[in-house]
This record gives sequence, structure tokens and C-alpha cells, in this order.
Amino acid sequence: MENEKQLEQFEAKINADSKIEPKDWMPEDYRKHLIRQISQHAHSEIIGMQPEGNWITRSPSLRAKLILLAKIQDEAGHGLYLYSSCETLGISREELIEQLHTGKAKYSTIFNYPVLTWADVGAIGWLVDGAAIVNQISLQRTSYGPYSRAMVRICKEESFHQRQGYEIMGKLAKGTAEQKEMAQDAINRLWWPTLMMFGPHDADSAHTGKAMKWKIKRETNDELRQRFIDKTVQQAEIIGLTVPDPELKWNAEKNKYDHGKIDWEEFKRVVNGDGPCNKKRMDNHLKAHNEGAWVREAATAYAAKQVKEEVVG
Amino acid sequence: MSNVKDSQWPLWEVFVQASPGIPHKHVGSVHAPDKQMAMQNARDLYTRRSEGISIWVVPAEAIVASNPDDSDMLFEPSNDKVYRHPTFYVMPEGSKNI
Ligand SMILES: [Fe+2]
Ligand SMILES: [Fe+2]
Repeated sequence: MENEKQLEQFEAKINADSKIEPKDWMPEDYRKHLIRQISQHAHSEIIGMQPEGNWITRSPSLRAKLILLAKIQDEAGHGLYLYSSCETLGISREELIEQLHTGKAKYSTIFNYPVLTWADVGAIGWLVDGAAIVNQISLQRTSYGPYSRAMVRICKEESFHQRQGYEIMGKLAKGTAEQKEMAQDAINRLWWPTLMMFGPHDADSAHTGKAMKWKIKRETNDELRQRFIDKTVQQAEIIGLTVPDPELKWNAEKNKYDHGKIDWEEFKRVVNGDGPCNKKRMDNHLKAHNEGAWVREAATAYAAKQVKEEVVG
Repeated sequence: MSNVKDSQWPLWEVFVQASPGIPHKHVGSVHAPDKQMAMQNARDLYTRRSEGISIWVVPAEAIVASNPDDSDMLFEPSNDKVYRHPTFYVMPEGSKNI
């Protein structure tokens, strides 16, 4: 009975576009959905540092290296903002990391693709961060306060990420024939996996219904994917690159692009662990986590010693 | 500190003052084993783009937060005290600068 009244109040708040805060009553499903979505988002930021991190020492100039370092540091920050907001839902950082390691929590499939060339680094910034921005701008209006605040912060930092990537692509496209080919090859390989970042089509998405009803998500996967395509095609044209979709066509009636079929079989394979780099990414994370254990323990011991000395002294 | 199950250090809430003269504002949280590292982590995480000139870090467990269920009890009583607002008072016709 009590629950029903609380649910009513909760939904009234949602309908009034008010935010839900950590201490407010919320349905268990709302909490679970948020933990799943926010932690997946956090893990993506953290795992996403790996493919780009590989290129720090191979950056073509000092300028490029400084930019890449700053971008990757931002991504670490994004992961931490998101872990913190997830923790307000009553789950510990340790449990979150455990769920990543056991595979209970997922991260974006895009980071299981290899970054083969410097053009791929550009394509990641332009396309992958570009797709993330479309999603994150929409999520600034999510109904959960701490998640929304993290998104606002992240969005402020993201636009440099996309611009630096687009700049790399533009430069390569204007370079030698070989460089242009490298840029085209990067978009050829990363375009479709980027479209998959938005998740399954609305009709096949198990979680969309409640997430939309409770305003955890404000727009559906397909709506966000469409917005990304409509924005990006023009950007590709300007720098003389082609989006690798022969069925891509402007639909004047609907005022948007029609696009070809996404290979959801590939998506499923990669989600379930069978992408080109899944194992490598997870092994790396585990290795860093385990090898850092002594640092965490030493810092804890040092803190305990300081407290003791404060008490004695 | 609390949260024994978490091997990831205690939680600290971070407050940043963006420029002189304005209040510190809550910006988020960090994990850290002690005060110094809490400060260091907060600086690295929340002021990478000159967002602030001063930082407070506070152990999360030291914060006492009101409970949403108590909102009526806490905040309702002030609703009927309209005489706390200047608009409650009738000023003589023609009076100025008050
Ligand atoms: Fe990010
Ligand atoms: Fe980014």
C-alpha cells in the first residue's frame, strides 16, 4: 500500500520533469536500470582509454601528443564522474569494477575494435566521440539528478574531443593520396560499429520502454542514431570523405537520411565477447587493477598511520 | 572510515569556488585514502580547465543530509510566515526609496 503511494509520488515527479535525488524513494527497477546504464557508461569511458592510449607514444607531433594525452585524461575523468554518480544508488566502486571483470556489466562494443592507424585516432574522436556527444546531450535531461549533473559536466568537455578528431581527418584528407586513403579506410571500418553504439533498433530494444517512461532516456536509440547520421554525413562531405553506405540517401520528404542495414549479428558477436579486441581490453584492465592493488593497500596503510599519529601526537 | 567492503578508499565530497566572492559549490566526489590525496584527486578531476580558485574536500560520511520524507516537517512551517517578506507590508502612498 505504502509502495503504491510512493510510486504515485515518484511518477508525479517524473511527469513534472523534476529530478530524482539519491535519498528519494524510487522503484527497484528504476534503480537497477540506472545502475546498469550508468555503470556501462562509466566502463566505456575507462575501457575507451585503451585504444587511444596505444597511440600516445606514436603521435605524429608534440602538438598531437599533448592533445591526445589531454583527451584521454578527460575520458578518465568522465569515467570517475560516472562511477561517483552510480555509487549514489547504493553500489560500491568495488562492486562496479567486479561486475566489469566478471562480464556482468558491459561496455560499448566500439572499443573492441582495433585502432590500426593514426587516421583511426582521428576517426574515433570525430565519429565515436561525436556519437557519444549526441547521446550525452540528450542524457543531460535524464530524470536522475546525479547522472544529469555528470552529463552536463561531460558535455562541456566533449566538444574538443570531436573537433580534434575531425581536424586530424580533415588534414589527412587534404594530404597525399596515401593519407587520404588512410582516412577513408578509417571511416570505412569505423562507420558501422559507430552506428551500433546507439544500441538495437527501438523495436528490438528490451529496455527502452521503462527507460523512456521514467525519463532515464529522453530519446530512443533510433532517434539518436538518426540525429548522428544527419549531422555527420555533411561533415564527411566537406572534407571529401565518403560514408561507406551505398544505400545512404537524402529523404526530402522525411527531411533525413535513409540508411542501409546494420549488421546486428556482428553487434551481438562483439557484445558477447567475440570482437577483435575484447580479450585484450579486459586483460589489460585486470592487469592494471591487480598490479595496482599494492598501491591501494600502501596508501590505506599510510592513511591509517597518519590517523594514529594524530591521535597520539 | 565507513564502507569497509570497498577496497577503493573512502568517499569525499568536493566543493569548488569558481571565482573570488562567490560560494563554494558541490561539483562531485572522489575516492581517496586521506586528506592530501583527496585534495590532489579533486584538483586533477574537477579543475582541469580553470574551473576554480579554491577547493574544499569533505569526508562524505561527515555530511548530515536531511531526509526527503521530513521535507514537510522541515520546510512547511515557513510557508505561512509571509510577514518575513518585504512585500507583506503596506507602505504609505507616495513614499520613496523604501
Ligand atoms: Fe568521454
Ligand atoms: Fe570523449
